[in-house]
Amino acid sequence: MDVDARGLKCPLPIVRLTKAVKLAMQGDKIQIQADDAAFEPDVRAWCRKTGNALVSLTQQGKDTVAVIRKEVL
Amino acid sequence: MTGSAADIAELRERIERLEGAQTSDRLSLCVFSGELDKIIAAFVIATGAAASGMDVKMFFTFWGTAALRDAKKRADKSLVGKMFGWMLPRGTRKLKLSKMQLLGMGRAMIRSIMKKQGVASVEELIEIAAELEVQILVCTMSMELMEIKREELIDYPNLDFVGVASFVELAADSRSTLFI
Repeated sequence: MDVDARGLKCPLPIVRLTKAVKLAMQGDKIQIQADDAAFEPDVRAWCRKTGNALVSLTQQGKDTVAVIRKEVL
Repeated sequence: MTGSAADIAELRERIERLEGAQTSDRLSLCVFSGELDKIIAAFVIATGAAASGMDVKMFFTFWGTAALRDAKKRADKSLVGKMFGWMLPRGTRKLKLSKMQLLGMGRAMIRSIMKKQGVASVEELIEIAAELEVQILVCTMSMELMEIKREELIDYPNLDFVGVASFVELAADSRSTLFI
């Protein structure tokens, strides 16, 4: 599943991610792209807090791309 | 070490006591202020916490209560109640800023800048809070004080009317409580 959260500010990228994870099945991977300056620390914090796995986190120019594997929620 | 039945019973009791002392993964917010910027901050934190899996309760009191009025709704009131009604904002679109009012220009400016930058409006944040099952609790004492009627508050799926004891019970069983 792909989520485009570019152009959205805090807390909307995390809210979009939450909605996508709720729809996904356990083990599914969700890729999310965001350009909010807080997204990198926030997606890490979100994964720690919710218990979902952060598979990868890369910077592509202004965009932060995170891949999350659904574990819970 | 040998574990006698008495030792095991004592350990079990200790574990039960520790489990009982653990607080719920809950965030409680006391929203006292009714200015646009503070209401936005309260809802950003509330929705962020709900998105992070926390149980979120927002207790609205005093000016916060007045910020929950629906612009389209009316209610029968006494003369004093009507005066309060005229002086308090009717609807989130009428909320003022706590700083940089600029004779009402500040409100319009911040809304336009927020929209341009992709920051959610207070109306959107309330919708997101509802979707994420954030509960709104409204202080009945401040409603009576300012003569704000139930029928003039916003439509919100998870809204209840309570007193301070209900909030204290929830706050006491929260990881964190904020006063905004």
